Parts: sequence; C-alpha cells; structure tokens
Amino acid sequence: MSAAARMNPDDLARRFLVRLRPGRNGWTTAGLTVVLLAVAMSACALLLVLTGGSPSASADALWTGSLADATGWTTTLLNAAPLLLVAVGACVCASAGTFNIGQEGQVLIGGLAGAWVGLRLALPGPMLVVAVMIAAAIGGGVWASLSALMFRFRGVNVAVSTLLMTFLAIQLVTFAVSTSWLQEDAQGSSGIADAVSNPLPANARLTGFGQYPSVQVNIGLIIALVAAVGVALVLSRSRWGFRVRMVGLNPLAAKHTGVRVAALGGFTLALSGAFAGLAGGLLLAGPVGTNQLQAGLSHNVGWDGLLVALVARNRPLATIPVAFAFGALRAGGDFLSATGVPYYLVDVVKALLVLAFVAPPVLVDLFRKRRGGRPATTPPAVFVVPTQVKATA
Amino acid sequence: MSALDSTTTILASGARLTVPLAFAACGEYVAERAGTMNISVEAMMLGAAFTSIATASATGSATVGLAAGVLTGLVLGFVHGNLSHRARINAFVVGLVLNALVLGLTSFLITTNQFDPHQVGVMSIPLLQDIPLIGKPLFSERWPAFLLLLLVPLTWWLVERSRWGLELRAVGENPQAADVTGIKVDVRRRQALLWCGALAGLGGAYLAVGEVGSFNQNMTAGRGYIVIAAVIFGAWRLGRTLLGCLVFGLSDAMRLALPALGVTLNAQLLVAAPYLLALLAMLLFTTQHREPAALGRPFERGSA
Repeated sequence: MSAAARMNPDDLARRFLVRLRPGRNGWTTAGLTVVLLAVAMSACALLLVLTGGSPSASADALWTGSLADATGWTTTLLNAAPLLLVAVGACVCASAGTFNIGQEGQVLIGGLAGAWVGLRLALPGPMLVVAVMIAAAIGGGVWASLSALMFRFRGVNVAVSTLLMTFLAIQLVTFAVSTSWLQEDAQGSSGIADAVSNPLPANARLTGFGQYPSVQVNIGLIIALVAAVGVALVLSRSRWGFRVRMVGLNPLAAKHTGVRVAALGGFTLALSGAFAGLAGGLLLAGPVGTNQLQAGLSHNVGWDGLLVALVARNRPLATIPVAFAFGALRAGGDFLSATGVPYYLVDVVKALLVLAFVAPPVLVDLFRKRRGGRPATTPPAVFVVPTQVKATA
Repeated sequence: MSALDSTTTILASGARLTVPLAFAACGEYVAERAGTMNISVEAMMLGAAFTSIATASATGSATVGLAAGVLTGLVLGFVHGNLSHRARINAFVVGLVLNALVLGLTSFLITTNQFDPHQVGVMSIPLLQDIPLIGKPLFSERWPAFLLLLLVPLTWWLVERSRWGLELRAVGENPQAADVTGIKVDVRRRQALLWCGALAGLGGAYLAVGEVGSFNQNMTAGRGYIVIAAVIFGAWRLGRTLLGCLVFGLSDAMRLALPALGVTLNAQLLVAAPYLLALLAMLLFTTQHREPAALGRPFERGSA
C-alpha cells in the first residue's frame, strides 16, 4: 500500500487546504514584479536608443495609437476582446492543471468553422451571425478535444500535441481557403488561387454595440467580458469550479474524493479550445476587416492571449486589465509602425512583460527555499492530470 | 532537364535543408533524453542565425559568425536552463516567452540595421563528389556541414556510452531515483540544455552564414518545431531522429522543387507532413514507453 493511501484522511485534507491558501509573501512578489518591470522597460528604451530611435517619441506614438482619443480606444477595445476570450479559456484549463498552448491553431479552426457556416448556411437575418459564432466555438473546441482524446487514450503530452496541432491548423486553413469549400472561383489546391475565402454575407457580421460617446464598443468585447466574469464566478463559486481547481492543485486528492479527473481535465481543454475558437469567430465576423478567412486571420491573437493568461497568473478576473493592456499595445504598435519604428518592438515589450510577471513568484519561492523555509506556493501541477491516477506518492 | 538531374537537384536541396535540422536535432535529442522538453530550440536557432550574420558583418569573417551563433545558442540554453531548472518556471512557458522575445528582437534589429552578406566556403571531397546522383548532394557542401560527421558520433557516445550520458538518461527516466543516488538532477538538465543550445545555435548559424548568406525576418520559420517533431518521430533514438530530419528536409525540398518541375502536389500537405508524422508517431509510441518517462515534468525533491 502506498504512502498516500496510508495517509490519514485528515492529514491529506490539511495538506490540501495549505495548498489552497494563497501565497504569504505577496508584497515581496509585488515589489520584485515592479523592479523587473522597470528593468524590462529600461531594456526596451536602451534597445531603441542603440538603434537610433527615441524612447519618448515611441512611447508617445504607442499612447497616441491606443488611448489618446476615441479612435485609439475603439481600436484598443477591438483588439482586447479576442485576447480576453483566449486568455479566459487558457485560465480554465490551467486551473485544471492542463496546459494548452495551441490557442493559435484553435483560433484559426474557429475561424474556419465560422466561415464555412457563414458561407454555406442561408439563415435569415441575425440568426446567421449567431450560427457563425456557435460554429466557431464548436470548431475550436473540437480541435482542442482532439488533443484531449490523444491524451486520454494514448497519453500524448497535451502541451506538445496542442503545439503541433497549431501548425496543422495553419496548413489546413491555407488549404481550405483555396478550395471550393470556401471560395467560388477556386483553382484547385495547387493552382494560383487567392489565399482568402469569399467574404461573409452582411448578416453574418458583428456590428458595433453603440457609441459611448464616440468610442465604439463592439459586441465581441461584451461577449468576452461576460465570459471572463462568468468563468471567474463559476471557478470560484460553483461546485464544478471547485472540482476543476481541486484537479489542478492535487489530482490525487481529487481522485480520492470521487472527481472524474481525466474527464474533467479533457473537458476543460475542450472548453479552452471553444473560447479560442469563439475568438476566431470574433476576428472573422468583426466590424473592421474584410470578413474573409485567411491563414493570417489569427495574427498572433492565440499566442498573445496565452501570454495574457500567463501575465494574469491564470486568474480570470485579472485577465481583463491585462487583455486591455495587451490590446492597447497591439493598437499602439500598429500606430508605432506608421512612425517608422518597427512593430516588432511591441513583441519585445510583450515578451519582457510576461517574464516580469511570471518570474517573481517562482523566484521568491526559490529564495525562500535557499533560506531553508518551506515554499509558500506550490507550482500548479501542470501535466500531472493522469489517465489513471496511481497512488505512488 | 533530365530526370537524373532533377533528382540530384532535389536531393542536393534536401541535403542542404536537412543539415541545420540535424545539428539542432542532435541537441534537442540530448535535452529530451534528460527529460526537459524545450521548445525554445526555435529561439536558439533564430537567435544564432541573426548573431552569426551580425558578427560576420562586423568582423568580416563568416567563421567568426558561426562561432557567435554557437555562443548565442549557449547563452539561450543557459537562460532557459536557469529559468526552468533552477527557478522552476514551467519549461513550456519559458520556451514560449523566449521564442516570442527572440523573434521580436531579431525582427526589430533586422529592420533597423543593415548587414553585409557573408557565407562560409564550399568544401568538396575529391572523387566522391563525382559519383552520379548522390555525389554532389553528399560530398559537396558548405564546410560546417561536415562537422555533423564529428558531432553525431560524439552525441551518440556522450549519451549512450559516457558516464555523464548514463546519469543524463537516469535523470530523464526517473529523476527521484537519480537524485537519491547523488546525481544532481537540475544540474544535469541544465548541462543538457547547454549542449542543446550549442548545437541548435550551430544549426541556426549554419542556416544563415552557411546556406543563405544573409538573415531575413523569422528566418527559421518554425524549423525548431520541426526539430522537436523529428525527435518525437525518431522515438527518442538518435539514428531515427536523424532519419526524421532527412525525411522532413526532403519533403521541404520537394515542396520547393515540384512546382518548377511541373508536378502538382498538395503543398500544404508537404508543409504539414512533419507535424502530422510526429503526432502519429506519438500516438503509436507513448504506449510502448519509448519516451523518457520524466519528459516535461519538473523535478521536485520529495514528490513523485
């Protein structure tokens, strides 16, 4: 009989409760985050100076493009909506300890499913746009659940399979848009066809949600905000959410309390894919753009959304401000590139931001261990959701 | 163009596309045998490709550029190793961030700077290069390609025959047991990542100062991920991994060459082939316990 099975149930419960308690050194972590942020921003400024640019002018351009006026706000909110959806999905499956890194592909497949329904289904009026959104969510969910199935039945590492599936998705979309599935005058798979689908009909597009007073709010943002708040509530307040968190924190304990660990883990993965797919639907049917499917549709939204979730440390409510900040960076980056500074600066900023937010809790733990103390927070048990929980602890 | 000539052309192009993959795969193979799944191999290749051209442009020597590429790979391996196997940030997170960072940084620097093209020389083996069909592809290459003849056996010997390799494999299979016998698990994994960084750096630098002679934005274009696919496809054995690199290199060459030869074939399928084959390989191999048992699991003393 193994150690975990021998353990007194009370001990098991106590250990589990300790794990649920939040970190005790929040201030150290926050301080370190601020320091690292300052270092990251200085590094970006240095990079600009070294390449002959002006940090103040670039910061000004970023501000002008994102938050200075109504147009900037509109663009920022438009960028933030799909990022938020992807990030919320990432939070759901990270809570269950499953690590999905294939959102980029799930966004694209969502777009593909949405485009297929939008072009093929002749539904009256606004029913079509609803159908497009539902199809997009299902598409992304199905794509992610393929990885879940591979894990469930063959034990394939979820992170690796979702990553590889992303590259398959890109090629699948590239292929699909050049065929008669999505294009009327297709030239066959190898001919010189346009690499974009036909545009969606007018009633398959999302409209703005109104002007407040001159900032246009898009429906996608409303959907994303509702999703973020809803997921936060479900995860923190509902019985189902408690089970999900339990699986993430200690699958063995969850198994012993009767949670169907593997099924729940797989379902959260599919759910996160569905959120990413819905983001793809938003991008496809959004009020700006050509409403055509192409391989560039996702435009790194999947990767960036994943980074948003990392910065938010997988807390759904925290993704709202972070997604907004990343949306502002994306919007500002487009404006920045018009002033002659390459857009790629924004990519550097984003990567450094993530490092500045991901590193501190882990570093604080490391210092604590060096001094001989017990770690305050245990890293989430990513990849340990087992197909069959073996009590080997 | 005769059929023989076009076959030679495809083989030559396939060999050229295989070499950078093979270098990086030797490195990634070692890292994965140590149980660390580093997707930052893409960052290592891309960063090395950039610094090799930048250094070659500054010093005027392509060979120095090659060395700078190896150094860049080492630095990235060091950073990745310390973040994921000292600070214990999830290795996939570190990889994603490093990939995004290096892609952004190199893209930014290549658009704000101008570099002169530099390329290392071609080395041809006399007599052997005159063999029809395979002579040119195999025996007339940029000289760093022949380093493979040294590095592949060395990698094999290190992993399969040296004490270090035995400990490395122990760390990849059962870190708890290795820890108990006194092997420093995280140290071995960091060392494996340094080896991976050096070789992936060599692969990336070879791509830039070897084959192409210049750098363009996102030059590696996902080759790092193909390398990971190759290691999986090779079921974590060196020989099969290199075979995987060859298959993927040839399929890439066919994609480039077939339209010119007037053959119609689904280009997307050829691009997707490495990932598709790797996924199929994983579906087949995982139940046979081919992969290192602790692959992708961070080591924590006292936990199972």
